[in-house]
Amino acid sequence: MRVTIEVNGQTHESEVEPRILLVDFLRDDLGLTGTNVGCDTSQCGACTVHMDGMAVKSCTVLAVQADGSSVTTIEGLASNGHLHPMQQAFWDEHGLQCGFCTPGMIMASVKLVDGNREISDEEVRHGLEGNLCRCTGYQNIVKAVKAGAAAMGGQS
Amino acid sequence: MSRYMGTAVKRVEDPRFLQGQGKYVANLSLPGMAYVAVKRSPLAHAKILGIDSSEAEALDGVIAVYTGQDLLDGGASFACGSLPCGFTPPDIVTPAHNPVAVDKVRHVGDAIAVVVAESSYIAEDALDLIDVDLDPLPVVVDARAALEDDAPLVHDDVGTNLSFHWPLGDEDAVNEALSDSDHVVELEFVNQRLIANAMEPRACAAEWDPSSESMTVWTTSQNPHTIRLLLGAFTLGIPEHKLRVISPDVGGGFGSKIFHYPEEVIVPWVARAIGRPAKWVASRTESYVTDAQGRDHITRAKIGVNDDGTITGLHVTTWANLGAYLSTFAPLIPTALYITLLSGVYKIPVIFGESYGAFTNTVPVDAYRGAGRPEASYLLETMVDLAARRLDMDPVELRRKNLIPSDEFPYQTPVALEYDSGNYQGLFDKIEELSEYQSLRQEQEKARAEGRLVGIGFSSCIEASGPAPSAVAVGLGAAIGLFESGSIRVHPTGKISVFTGSHSHGQGHETTFAQIVADELGVAMEDVEIVHGDTDRIPYGVGTYGSRSAAIGGSALVKSAEKIRDKLKKIAAHMLEASVEDMVYDQDEGTISVSGSPESAKTFAELAFAVTTADNLPEGMEPGLEETSFYDPANFTFPASAHTAMVEIDSKTGEVEVQSYAAVDDVGNVINPMIVEGQILGGIVQGVGQALWEHGIYGEDGQLLSGSMLSYAMPRADGFPSIAIDRIETPSPHNPLGVKGAGEMGTIAATATISSAVLDALAPLGVTHLNMPLTAEKIHNAIVAAGNGGGE
Repeated sequence: MRVTIEVNGQTHESEVEPRILLVDFLRDDLGLTGTNVGCDTSQCGACTVHMDGMAVKSCTVLAVQADGSSVTTIEGLASNGHLHPMQQAFWDEHGLQCGFCTPGMIMASVKLVDGNREISDEEVRHGLEGNLCRCTGYQNIVKAVKAGAAAMGGQS
Repeated sequence: MSRYMGTAVKRVEDPRFLQGQGKYVANLSLPGMAYVAVKRSPLAHAKILGIDSSEAEALDGVIAVYTGQDLLDGGASFACGSLPCGFTPPDIVTPAHNPVAVDKVRHVGDAIAVVVAESSYIAEDALDLIDVDLDPLPVVVDARAALEDDAPLVHDDVGTNLSFHWPLGDEDAVNEALSDSDHVVELEFVNQRLIANAMEPRACAAEWDPSSESMTVWTTSQNPHTIRLLLGAFTLGIPEHKLRVISPDVGGGFGSKIFHYPEEVIVPWVARAIGRPAKWVASRTESYVTDAQGRDHITRAKIGVNDDGTITGLHVTTWANLGAYLSTFAPLIPTALYITLLSGVYKIPVIFGESYGAFTNTVPVDAYRGAGRPEASYLLETMVDLAARRLDMDPVELRRKNLIPSDEFPYQTPVALEYDSGNYQGLFDKIEELSEYQSLRQEQEKARAEGRLVGIGFSSCIEASGPAPSAVAVGLGAAIGLFESGSIRVHPTGKISVFTGSHSHGQGHETTFAQIVADELGVAMEDVEIVHGDTDRIPYGVGTYGSRSAAIGGSALVKSAEKIRDKLKKIAAHMLEASVEDMVYDQDEGTISVSGSPESAKTFAELAFAVTTADNLPEGMEPGLEETSFYDPANFTFPASAHTAMVEIDSKTGEVEVQSYAAVDDVGNVINPMIVEGQILGGIVQGVGQALWEHGIYGEDGQLLSGSMLSYAMPRADGFPSIAIDRIETPSPHNPLGVKGAGEMGTIAATATISSAVLDALAPLGVTHLNMPLTAEKIHNAIVAAGNGGGE
């Protein structure tokens, strides 16, 4: 099937098999390998991207379902060579170790804080329960998300 | 004064991960690359009567289908050998482990056939078209049951499911000590099967170059040189100098990526067979049934204790489940990394421990974060808690009575190890202060008076980290020495490339090792790049596991830096027409000057360039500035910790809420406190996971019932409170950095701590023990049973 998907501000018209997952379209067809795949049951959240302003697990969306939509991946988050405040906060607070869950974790966090610059520990922990990290024990991720939220200054 | 050591420098590797630029194996795309998928056994034990792949081969886009026999025969590729075991104590039984099963399958997930196709989707389709005729055989999943006379044999040709029996210590002396003790506390318990679940599933890619007859293999490994050695010497027979193994960014390991896996044989075999690059990426479902798993001990333990709280002796028998095949280091875990740790932080006069390693129809078991040491710690701390309860003594008080005093180091335990240094009293003082232990007990008393189930857990632990002096390791049965390599190459402009045999898969070596080298040479960290994970770029190295990188890999770099400094001093002395003995290397400034005349200083960059112009070198000195060291440690390092937790159990549902957690660790000198703290925090949560949630459960038929992230309960962000963390520093006396291992400490301590807290909460009900994981269901049942007039 023919799809038109805007990814990180660039429009792609592609022919895809109906069964192709959005994450495979991003990784294999567009070469955007920043979005990782950590499971096959939609549990881990490593593949989280933004689709029309929502955080979605791209292993659970077909590429054809994304037809006509606008997708942002981790590669599209920094702008003009500057890290997004959430990326910067993960760096500052040591919110990552092996880095594999990090793209999904950051993409989920950006949407989680969504204008809430004073998000609580509890809200962050609850909001990120769909994103698994095996390295950090989450404590520094919670710190990072709070710092990122503050730095975003209420912007989503 | 060092500028970087001890400083929380932000990680230099982070920007690429933050921006989705991590170079994981799954991201690799090579021209003409084919995709490999593996047909796996749905049964735990069965004869393979036939494999019909004709329909799969006929599918458009399928390149080839291969069976186990094809791999053994070699055909257009190599004749594959059995996957070897890298730790073989005397009299061990080591059955063959073919990369793809031949004749019979021995666990769910065992490889049966290999599909190669133009896309991963087509390869998956083809798997469904392979018709395998399996004749089911009786199944055994429990280690102790596997050793009974009528148990089904996992490997018929060896005639037994017992791989090894490994005893250590004086059993008669222990029995005598126990019979002389005022009390003997006995317990049988299970340390349950765990699944590592590194977030990055394993992957492997390979490219054969016919012109040079050489192979490049990309694999998600913690130790690429070990994989090269095993591929070269055992499984594919590719000459080592024609084989390059690259482990680029690896998304977590926790032990599960140490081992040589079948797919690391299959994928390069395929690449040569089809004359195209090939790649395999595990699905998470495959990870659950193929990644080596952890723990799985059944243990019977007896501890002797006198009325005054003195521990008199310990007797331990363990049945260790090895799974269906011997994974690369499997026999090491329940033996030399377990029995030897049974003294913990305590003076125990006599200890005897033995383990039986048994084959079962389950996924192979090998090292998982802590690897033997968490099992030892959980055992010992559980027994100490029970002894304290028997004596009606505060568990911390009983522990304090038995601590090895600070002035008795080095301390020789009765189970082979000699502890290097420690300050266990200091650890206890600090944890009691950090956790406000006495007020926690008061709070608990109040809560208990209100009928609430509140418990306080405490554990102290030791780790033998940084394996190992090579002579000790090989003497015990290791196939290779466990030193580490470290090379420093100074470029003409004074920029530095560092090549380390250690491998970072989350530990932050690119930062920590740059801190070490920058301080040792007096240069800016920005001028130092750490290279790891590529056997063609770095000297033979051992890799990262057992909390060894800083103590061994870091020390190798210190040794190489010393050699660089020595050479530069000689050159500076020559240039300044002074004697070498009078030269002063200022490691803050990166300059060398004549003692007492700082104006004579030559900078590091000037000297590096002088080595390259090479027109004015001392007589007989070679140009160039590159030094390599292979550091073999004199001993393990022995980090220690003391952790506490407070939990409350919902008496209606059995659910555990962790209310507070405090940890004090002593990992010796700290290079980067931010990174060390991160390692400990992550480790703690993994340890909590074992105590409360995680369990690789096998049905009697050998099916893994918790075989996905839906059913295997990984710790999530919302499971626990913020952890309070602190440390003391007792340097290791035998490595130049004074560091001890930090990567596994959290995990080792946390499991015992949380279990201790939950059992403490349930103590008023008369519950003496519950096996982990301490799920709501299990606790609820125990509460109900207690209400009906008994403990477990």
